[in-house]
Amino acid sequence: MSSIDFHEIEKSYGATPILKKVSLSIADGEFLTLLGPSGCGKSTLLRILAGLELQNAGTVLIGGRVVDGVRPKKRDAAMVFQSYALYPHMTVADNMSLPLRMRRLNAWQRLPLIGRLLPGTRGASQEIAAEVARTAEALGIDHLLTRKPGHLSGGQRQRVAVGRAMVRHPAVFLMDEPLSNLDAKLRVQMRAEIKELHQRLGVTFVYVTHDQAEAMTLSDRVAVMLDGELLQVAPPQEIYADPDDRRVAEFIGSPKINMIEGVVSAPGRVSVAGTTIASDIRADVGAHLTLGIRPEAFRLGAYSERGAISGTVRLIEHMGSDLYVHLDVAGVKQPVVARLLAERAASISIGHSLSLSVEPERVLYFGDDGRRIRAHDKPAKAAAALVRETA
Amino acid sequence: MSINRFAPPAAIFRHVVLLTTGTLILIPFVWMVSLSVKPPGEIFREHFSLWPEHFYGIANYTKALTSSSLPHYMLNGVIVCTMILALQIAVCAPAAYALAKLNFPGRNLILGMVLIALILPREVLSLPLFILGYHLGILNTYAALIFPYVVSPFGIFLFRQFFKTIPDDVVHAARLDGLSELAIVWKIMVPMALPAIIAFAIFSVVGHWNSLFWPLIAVRDQNFMPPPLGIMAFKNEEAGNDYGPLMAASTIVVGPLIIAFLSAQRWFVDGLSGAAVK
Amino acid sequence: MGSVTSIVEKRNQASKTPKRNTGRVASSSERRRHRMLEIAASWLLAGPALVLLIVLFFLPVLGVFAIALTDWQFGASSLAFVGLSNFREVFADEGFRVSLANTILYVLIVVPGTIILGLVIALLIESGKSCRAFYRAVHFLPFMATLTAMAIAWEALLHPTIGLVNQTLAALGIPTANWLRDEATVLPVLAVIGIWQNLGYAMVLFLAGLKSIPRDLYDAADIDGADAWLDRLRTVTLPMLGPVTMFVFIVVALKAFETFDTVQVLTQGGPGHSSEMLLFTLYRESFEYLRTGYGASVAVVFLFIVVALTLIQACVMDKRVHYQ
Repeated sequence: MSSIDFHEIEKSYGATPILKKVSLSIADGEFLTLLGPSGCGKSTLLRILAGLELQNAGTVLIGGRVVDGVRPKKRDAAMVFQSYALYPHMTVADNMSLPLRMRRLNAWQRLPLIGRLLPGTRGASQEIAAEVARTAEALGIDHLLTRKPGHLSGGQRQRVAVGRAMVRHPAVFLMDEPLSNLDAKLRVQMRAEIKELHQRLGVTFVYVTHDQAEAMTLSDRVAVMLDGELLQVAPPQEIYADPDDRRVAEFIGSPKINMIEGVVSAPGRVSVAGTTIASDIRADVGAHLTLGIRPEAFRLGAYSERGAISGTVRLIEHMGSDLYVHLDVAGVKQPVVARLLAERAASISIGHSLSLSVEPERVLYFGDDGRRIRAHDKPAKAAAALVRETA
Repeated sequence: MSINRFAPPAAIFRHVVLLTTGTLILIPFVWMVSLSVKPPGEIFREHFSLWPEHFYGIANYTKALTSSSLPHYMLNGVIVCTMILALQIAVCAPAAYALAKLNFPGRNLILGMVLIALILPREVLSLPLFILGYHLGILNTYAALIFPYVVSPFGIFLFRQFFKTIPDDVVHAARLDGLSELAIVWKIMVPMALPAIIAFAIFSVVGHWNSLFWPLIAVRDQNFMPPPLGIMAFKNEEAGNDYGPLMAASTIVVGPLIIAFLSAQRWFVDGLSGAAVK
Repeated sequence: MGSVTSIVEKRNQASKTPKRNTGRVASSSERRRHRMLEIAASWLLAGPALVLLIVLFFLPVLGVFAIALTDWQFGASSLAFVGLSNFREVFADEGFRVSLANTILYVLIVVPGTIILGLVIALLIESGKSCRAFYRAVHFLPFMATLTAMAIAWEALLHPTIGLVNQTLAALGIPTANWLRDEATVLPVLAVIGIWQNLGYAMVLFLAGLKSIPRDLYDAADIDGADAWLDRLRTVTLPMLGPVTMFVFIVVALKAFETFDTVQVLTQGGPGHSSEMLLFTLYRESFEYLRTGYGASVAVVFLFIVVALTLIQACVMDKRVHYQ
């Protein structure tokens, strides 16, 4: 059992709050990603879980056991660091065997020279060497065992860091931006390897990143953090399609979601950017809303049953399969970005006007406080299920 | 805070040990100042006290300042240190600029020579330098104290390392603005390398204010003695028995650097350990 | 790297010319002229330093060797090549051998003493947050205080009757000594003063070394289970201080070999030859006894020791202690 529970974790450095009552439960064997911009507190939360820092208030449980005040090595959690944190003076083999040596050999047995003469040291050391060799082979780094980290490439170091974490079979795997020091190509490759590793080991992974692509591709669930708060915890699809909060909607997705001011003009009607969209959200007439429309929710052309937004084409970005069209729309501050099929390029030119329509059910509504306003206050799960069916 | 941070007993242990070693370190200073304010009778008493029953500081310090040429030694120290530093910067900065930013045949040779000179202990060279000074007829003058030090391999090396961190584009922009190479050194590089210059200045001044070996060789005339040599002369004259004024003189010699150090600690530590880039 | 800057510079020269004659590509003769100007400027800038380096460093080194290999006496108008006879004289001289042995013994006390104390103090200072600057300043103070003056203070401290040391020992009922006049104690006492003077320097270098250890490594050690005080020290701190330690070792050894001020002020090499050290021998033979050839030979021996130490540093630094 290695579920993880954070209960109302608070942390501050001096007067600066880093974590504000964060509660989160992670299931056994789950791959959970803490996603957020730098400074949002995600790394601090991970370090609290690892035992590298102490929370000011709140409780952490690993496998149902309260671990507050338990030293890192007793938590059965291994960690891969952004900088890899390999010991530069040790060979790869020594780096990987250290966690095992520290656990299986006592202080006397670990002494240089004398330690080797003590009973039991030999056998234990051979066992450790064999396990290290097995792990190294599994990671494809067995030919590097005698080298030192300084002579390895970034990807190799990354694997060694993973190996050092893996070799002791921890119940929980913690990863703090493990891919951010790699180049783009290697990052994609290592991403796949980490995914595979999780499936193979079947243990709980907690992964910290600011890269939404990593979060979306790797995770069972994503926890989006901002300014020390947990905004939403949900599967990647749901985070994208059904965000609870305006900030989540804006953080996830590229190009960014369009945010357009609107007013409820009549029951079931929302007027926005010179058009009216049918909507069954619960809001009083006259209420101000913000509409979040993903760039790919737009369709070219105006249809009567859908709201249509017209504007002047300002910029066209060819992305290969897609086309990003930036539209200046009267009454909207930011240009509206639409993602269209590349075949449509011929019919669009800069400076000309263009009409875009949007399916009402793909419009997300946010109130003044940034919280999502749902149609009929549908429970989030039902909406997610709907999205998944359509997806 | 990590869970492994020091618990209170360990923090107390830290302070106890550091206060003890710190006190031991300071004893010579404290003893020096203490003796410098004691009358002779109390100095030669069999039991000790930190502070005298009769404060005799004014008499001791007056004697230290008037009965010897101590003020003159101090002035010599200031003159010599200032001249050495000014000449060192004037010689080293342009050379360091050429080595850091210009590409010319012989550059690596000169750099190699700088690195070799960096290893050479000055004391080894004292005999030929003495002979050189003798033939130039400058022994027993300020010039004798200054000339071996007008070029500092360490200075060249330190400045070069610092100049290298200044982007080439800055140099190119200055050239396009019509600055000569020498103007680039003084108007662009040196101001931008001010931290290195200050560090080097501290390194140089502390070294030459404190140095005894070369002055001992180069000057015999009291009129040109820098403080360490002067205080030795003072000690020999007083036959080492008049401790009060001798300690007062020592305090006066050590004082300026200590005060400067305490008021600009960071700079001093950086400057003197900046030798670490060696 | 050098070629990159040269390309950049060449490009810059090329781009300088069109500034005046817009639209025309710089001709090769113009480019050559610029190149010559740059070379001339370089030599003008580096020239004074180069000349002074030769006159004040390289010719004197040759001079020392020349004097050591001839019978030249200061003031004499003639000289003859005598080969290694000066060195034979030096090494046959009981006085020099004692001086060399004293110096080595002194270094063997000062270097470990300075490194261990400097390291322990640095570790203690770094292990807490309070009073760091204060402790650093206090321990660093002797390194920058004028040693000649401080030696006089030490002499007063060590004075057989009125010195604080003997008074304290007597009060505690421990036998006292005439520290600077006793053959058995004089060298260790000078070594203590050497440690006193240099440990602050070692401490500052170790503090810088400690600061540069990535925090991640300590975190990794915590997670790997090396979280006890001693294990952290063994797994992370000491190995990561390897390069700094090597550097401190060499610098302190060099400073110890070059000890002169305390000998000159406190003992004049005495009693007997028991505190005579290389640099003092060099000074006394060259400038007091005016035994020029002998002094130069001592200087050469001294030079070899210093160069050997520096080369050891260069080699070991490159091979063993640098991890990257």
